[in-house]
Amino acid sequence: MTMQQNPAKATGIGASVKRVEDYRFLTGRGRYTDDMNKPGQLHAFIVRSPHAHATIVSIDTTEAEQAPGVHTVITGAEMKAAGIGSLPCGWLIKSKDGMAMKEPPHLPLAADKVRYVGDQVAVVVAETLNQAKDAAELIAIEYDELPATVATATAAGATGAPVHDEAPDNVCYDWEWGDKAKTDEAFAKAAHVAKLDLVNNRLIPNAMEPRAAIGEYDRGSEEYTLTTTSQNPQLIRLLLCGFTMGLPEHKVRVVAPDVGGGFGSKIYHYAEEVIVVFAARKLGRPVKWTAERTESFMSDAHGRDHVTHVELAMDDAGTFLGLRVNTTANMGAYLSTFSSCIPTILYATLLSGQYKTPAIYAEVKAVFTNTVPVDAYRGAGRPEACYLIERIVDVAARQTGIDKAELRRRNFITPEMMPYDTPVGLQYDSGDFARNLNDALEMIDYAGFPARKAEAASRGKLRGIGFASYIEACGIAPSNVAGALGARAGLYDSAEVRFHPTGSVSVMVGVHSHGQGHETTFAQIVAERLGVPMDKVEIVHGDSARTPFGMGTYGSRSLAVGGMAMMKAIDKVIAKSKKIAAHLLEASADDIEFADGTFRVAGTDKTIGIAEIAGAAYIPHNYPLDELEPGLDEQAFYDPKNFTFPNGTQICEVEIDPETGITKIIRFVAVDDFGRVINPMIVEGQVHGGLVQGIGQALLENCVYDEDSGQLLTGSFMDYTMPRADDVPSFEVKTNEVLCTTNALGVKGCGEAGTIGGAACVMNAVCDALDIAHMDMPASPERVWRTLRDKQAPMAAE
Amino acid sequence: MYSFEYQHPKTVADVAAVLASDPDAKVVAGGMTLIPTLKQRLAMPSALVDLRDIAELRGVRADGDTIVIGAMTPHADVAYDATVRDRIPALAHLARHIGDAQVRNRGTIGGSIANADPAADYPAAVVGLNATIVTSTREIAADDFFTAMFETALEEGEIVTAVRFPVPKRAGYAKFKHPASRYAVVGVMVAETAGGVRVAVTGAGPSVFRVAEMEQALAGSFSPDALAGISVPADGLNSDIHASADYRAHLVTLMAKRAVVAATG
Repeated sequence: MTMQQNPAKATGIGASVKRVEDYRFLTGRGRYTDDMNKPGQLHAFIVRSPHAHATIVSIDTTEAEQAPGVHTVITGAEMKAAGIGSLPCGWLIKSKDGMAMKEPPHLPLAADKVRYVGDQVAVVVAETLNQAKDAAELIAIEYDELPATVATATAAGATGAPVHDEAPDNVCYDWEWGDKAKTDEAFAKAAHVAKLDLVNNRLIPNAMEPRAAIGEYDRGSEEYTLTTTSQNPQLIRLLLCGFTMGLPEHKVRVVAPDVGGGFGSKIYHYAEEVIVVFAARKLGRPVKWTAERTESFMSDAHGRDHVTHVELAMDDAGTFLGLRVNTTANMGAYLSTFSSCIPTILYATLLSGQYKTPAIYAEVKAVFTNTVPVDAYRGAGRPEACYLIERIVDVAARQTGIDKAELRRRNFITPEMMPYDTPVGLQYDSGDFARNLNDALEMIDYAGFPARKAEAASRGKLRGIGFASYIEACGIAPSNVAGALGARAGLYDSAEVRFHPTGSVSVMVGVHSHGQGHETTFAQIVAERLGVPMDKVEIVHGDSARTPFGMGTYGSRSLAVGGMAMMKAIDKVIAKSKKIAAHLLEASADDIEFADGTFRVAGTDKTIGIAEIAGAAYIPHNYPLDELEPGLDEQAFYDPKNFTFPNGTQICEVEIDPETGITKIIRFVAVDDFGRVINPMIVEGQVHGGLVQGIGQALLENCVYDEDSGQLLTGSFMDYTMPRADDVPSFEVKTNEVLCTTNALGVKGCGEAGTIGGAACVMNAVCDALDIAHMDMPASPERVWRTLRDKQAPMAAE
Repeated sequence: MYSFEYQHPKTVADVAAVLASDPDAKVVAGGMTLIPTLKQRLAMPSALVDLRDIAELRGVRADGDTIVIGAMTPHADVAYDATVRDRIPALAHLARHIGDAQVRNRGTIGGSIANADPAADYPAAVVGLNATIVTSTREIAADDFFTAMFETALEEGEIVTAVRFPVPKRAGYAKFKHPASRYAVVGVMVAETAGGVRVAVTGAGPSVFRVAEMEQALAGSFSPDALAGISVPADGLNSDIHASADYRAHLVTLMAKRAVVAATG
């Protein structure tokens, strides 16, 4: 048996196969929600609140309803009267005192109060979008303005009007994690304590494709179809049926076709999805809504927004003894689908980082404010954890005088300690953190840095070097553990492998691809495992009517969870095929071997190909019908045994122009352990994209609200700085494969890694260049310039 | 966007006739500001009068010691025009760094200066190089053209047809670009012209302005060091979430120095 015998090998695991999606995406043949126009389709325009906080005194829609082309005007009162439910939150967090988090209702259309600029107030449905917009101007809404709560740090207990009556002090929950007494003990015996106050700035995701949704209702069959820009159509169907619309699932189909980026912001069940389905039922016509970019800025869930105090206790030698964290996290005006678990379960459980810190204690207070809801954004809780850990480690190095690389190395969890139980509830299965660091140091030439710094100084530039040794928890699971932590959904996934009679294969998966390239990487695995050419394998996703129930794509889970479900289904196909082969080759099933698409009676030249087996299964003339069902179509669900733990070290070097304050990234090196890599090219692309978003947070992106009025000041690309190609360097990346021990593929996930460490890495380099302990993100030119000016002449700041 | 009539006359005279007959009509050149404004329903003109079909408004030509740029010439054409690059490289440099590639291929010099955005690049060139604005009815000196934020000396129905740039002895443009929009947070054109040294600043204030103290200093010694210690007061400068007034004041001096380096380099 040689590799040449199997054409699937050239496209198998580990090959940089070009994406099968590329043709349609690069030539404009993708099918996005807004590309679709249904027969008889109407257009919805949503009237949004111009105020951050106000009571709705009255809404008069009379004139708008009579405007040309208008079919209906819907208000919150109508939807409430129709029994439309609240948009649910999928994770229950309990406060220190055991009380459940405050969960005020989040109606798809505001009924009595508006709570952020952009909150949905009314919907006009008309023949054309322009007619809907014209009519919207005729709706008379009287508001009674209330004081707005905006700033994260001061929201708790703010006087004035609380965001929700259910939470008079604006606190959603006050949660703790870890061992307080043990941590206090650690601090009591510390030789050094490093302290830091930091802000994790608020971000606006800005997927390339704005959100869109089309609702359809067939009065004859009583069937509903929702086409929507979602990362998880099955979950949207579940929430639409079980919570908001109250429909039977067998009558509802949710389709998420080609989706142009999500980064978390398309996980959630949004008001607009309910609105178009409600309107379609009311009118008996398809109803489409597509966000304009301005709407995306003010209605897509935002990310991050923490204010944190952190302390790290060390002994004389710089060994970490304890970590203490106090964070206030902004939830925005309502609880978005997964908002509550992001600054808790996905944050505090990662506070061990790559270090053997023995005692950790975290307190997290979540607050409501009159701003857009905040939820998971690429990395989701883990970049926040990594940022504070890697920043405080650098502060500790500065304080103790220990080299930054050495301090990290001294405190790393070693491969010999795996599996390692952290004090914050996770069990790391594998990883070689020191190797990643050492490789990155070599790639960047750490020893040569002082010379490069001196050379930069001769040109009047401040050069700095920064590290981020990150770890993340991906493939969140097992379901029962997540359930015990408050999850209100399972976290397994599913796949169906359907061999067709003439040898091609359709694989239906519960995860969703919106830029990740699953149609390529999943097909590579199927082709290699089944020994069929890759072009005979199709990956089907994004349609609840075609795929088994799965939880969708987020948290770098698709391969580690969905891919494993697919592996299980493949194994079932092979097991059944062996029995068919045994019958056809007149041998015992125990004697059948399978490799490269061929079944063989061990030790003989009697063979049969898998395509022939499929033919026999569907035309069962010579077939063991007494023992086996015809057909070759297997389904599997997979619930992981543990999270996976991608990890790595990023190092970057920056140069700052002290005259302007502009920071330029000169080099950026990333060494990542993603476990087994299926397609190195796609993985590298994922790393690049993640790093750009990390750099964006560190240097460019910042969501700003006016603290008095609650108006969004960065509501367009004129003011919100998205990173562009000329803002980032050419990345140097490498992967160190340490196979995950808790799944058969050995995979860990790569979708978020760049973002987990990126911001910390850049800010560590900026602080190094400026020779300061800390500055908050983004390190915009003016902030850097001001920091330098204040540092040089602290008295002059008067 | 509200609905409107759309016209695209062939001559400047026809444009004038339309504007005279319909006071709510609006002229559109590249549409870089007007179209987004319309899309957001922030303007409701009865008609758009598109200048795209008037051939005489487009193109660059040398005329003795001046370069004449038609009002409808896109920034990219100025940036890559051989004559401009040869004779006023600072102007080509400025055009090459306006906005992004899409803006440079759609946006026009006439549209830019008629709009008089306080953060646009071209006003620094027009004032710094002491250009003359040619309109449908007259000629206007650069120093008289920009009157306030988004305000010019243009009268109702008057349109820019060309801008005439005298070739300077030397000139340089330095810009601190807005990280998001790529407009000028501060842009400074420094030029040694037949009539003396001129320093024109865009982005920093409500409208482009000259800095007499810098002009005098550079007239004495055309070097960045001559500007040491000269700064504009922060009072009255623009201030926003990206740059405060005192940061802008700092950048005015810094960009002026870098413009001198560019002019002498």
